[in-house]
Amino acid sequence: MNSLLTNSEGAGTYLKSKRIRLFLFFVGLFAAAALSMAATNYHIEDSFTAIPKVIVWMARNLVPDGKSLTRLPKILDKLFETVLMSVAASVSAAALSFPVALAGSATSCKQRWLMYSARGVASFFRNIPIVAWAMIFLLTFGQSPFTGYVALFFASFGFLARAFIEAIDETAAAPVEALRAAGGSYGHIIFQGVLPSVLPQMVSWVLYMIETNIRSAALVGLLTGSGIGFTFSIYYKSLQYQSASLVVITIVAVVLVIEAVSNKLRRLIL
Amino acid sequence: MALLEVTSLTKYYGDTAALRDISFEVKKGEFVAVIGPSGSGKTTLIRCINRLIPASDGKIIFDKENILNLRGNALRKARAKIGMIFQHYNLVERLSVIENVLHGRLGYKSSLEGMFGVYSEEEKEKAFNIITLLGLDDYVYRRCDQLSGGQMQRVGIARALVQDPRMILCDEPISSLDPSSSKVIMDYLKKIQKEFGITVVVNLHQVDVAKKYAQRILGFNGGSLVFDDEPGELSKKQIYKIYGTEAGELIID
Ligand SMILES: Nc1ncnc2c1ncn2[C@@H]1O[C@H](COP(=O)(O)OP(=O)(O)OP(=O)(O)O)[C@@H](O)[C@H]1O
Ligand SMILES: [Mg+2]
Repeated sequence: MNSLLTNSEGAGTYLKSKRIRLFLFFVGLFAAAALSMAATNYHIEDSFTAIPKVIVWMARNLVPDGKSLTRLPKILDKLFETVLMSVAASVSAAALSFPVALAGSATSCKQRWLMYSARGVASFFRNIPIVAWAMIFLLTFGQSPFTGYVALFFASFGFLARAFIEAIDETAAAPVEALRAAGGSYGHIIFQGVLPSVLPQMVSWVLYMIETNIRSAALVGLLTGSGIGFTFSIYYKSLQYQSASLVVITIVAVVLVIEAVSNKLRRLIL
Repeated sequence: MALLEVTSLTKYYGDTAALRDISFEVKKGEFVAVIGPSGSGKTTLIRCINRLIPASDGKIIFDKENILNLRGNALRKARAKIGMIFQHYNLVERLSVIENVLHGRLGYKSSLEGMFGVYSEEEKEKAFNIITLLGLDDYVYRRCDQLSGGQMQRVGIARALVQDPRMILCDEPISSLDPSSSKVIMDYLKKIQKEFGITVVVNLHQVDVAKKYAQRILGFNGGSLVFDDEPGELSKKQIYKIYGTEAGELIID
């Protein structure tokens, strides 16, 4: 009885100190925000009062006009190139991610050192943002569609490898054990146990990656001079805002379409 | 003649001893139940026998071979002769019943054939016969995630049987099932032992079930083998020895 009492008291203090820490965290967060606004001369009220003006300006300059519409075929062409690039980057990254994920999952890899190195590699690639990849390859290869592809590829590789490792750890452990017990070889275990168990999740992640990459491709294209991002930057720099905004509208449309398609596919395979 | 002969088997996880100096024999065609409280080493024992986990010390002679010395293909061959049945069935749930049952043949397959799931007519016929034997003939092409727990466990048994095993190891095969499915599963295990002469070693949490089905009971406590005899010899005193006094009282009531 006695020990029960002290236990509940202990839990009480534990929860209380947790609440206090949470409170201090938010106080700190607001203080940091206020400080950085002061330091950069940013006035939050100004941003809000500017909103009506912005809307008027947008209505006047960003609604595509007739001239920009004549450019639609060219824009769609570039957009198509961007979609293809995203698909290519996602699929090829997935092909590399799968063996790395096999090495990185405790379920399919019994060598500790190999598992940790594979996980390390995946985390390393995952934690470098795509914009950083774009800049690194911009310096290496210069402005070209290839640079854009490589940037998307590396960022996707890190993300997919981590996602696949988790999928294998979660869903394949039980069948792997059974096939091992039945005398299956490593190849049998991977092809008959791991692959069928995780395939739907893997496909789902690749679809997600394609969606994300189309979004990122616009941004990466700005930097690397490829695809739809490059088209956007040309119109923008030459002050043809109507055409630039048409680019944005088509990107949003394509992203929505791709999302709808991949949701359909997901429902089919799961 | 002993089919399985375990001598001074010891298993450490780091510093904790999961099995301490275990020795026993299992005769060909025998039905053996392994009982003991949670954490007493039942799962560890079963998994050491087919080398899913490495033992720390001792000898395991199965069918005249020391399992602990085998590697590569020799280990695969030995595992093929030992079926295994799991508490959570461990099926590839997205695949059909027949595909899961055929996985039991992988121990006999070359790498390429097995990887792409190429099986002979003979193997397929065998799988069908066993599926029928287990009353699953209406579900041959059904995906396993659409089956009930009892049906999935029967698929697990079929997968083990298609291996042509000399022995079947079961790790709590009925712990996730309701009483009536549990009885069905235990009856199938008994039938397999009786009609095909396959040795069955089964971990159980239910002492009454162990007494009813087994010809011999092994009782574990804290990684030591504290009881090894016929069910009739499992007295109150012995149950206390295996489960401790408090849990023992619950079991006897
Ligand atoms: N992978 C592991 N790492 C460390 N210790 C482990 C591991 N697996 C089991 N153990 C320990 O070994 C001992 C025996 O465990 P085991 O799983 O064999 O018991 P069990 O009799 O099967 O229990 P239960 O009835 O709960 O399934 C326990 O003390 C457990 O904590
Ligand atoms: Mg256990």
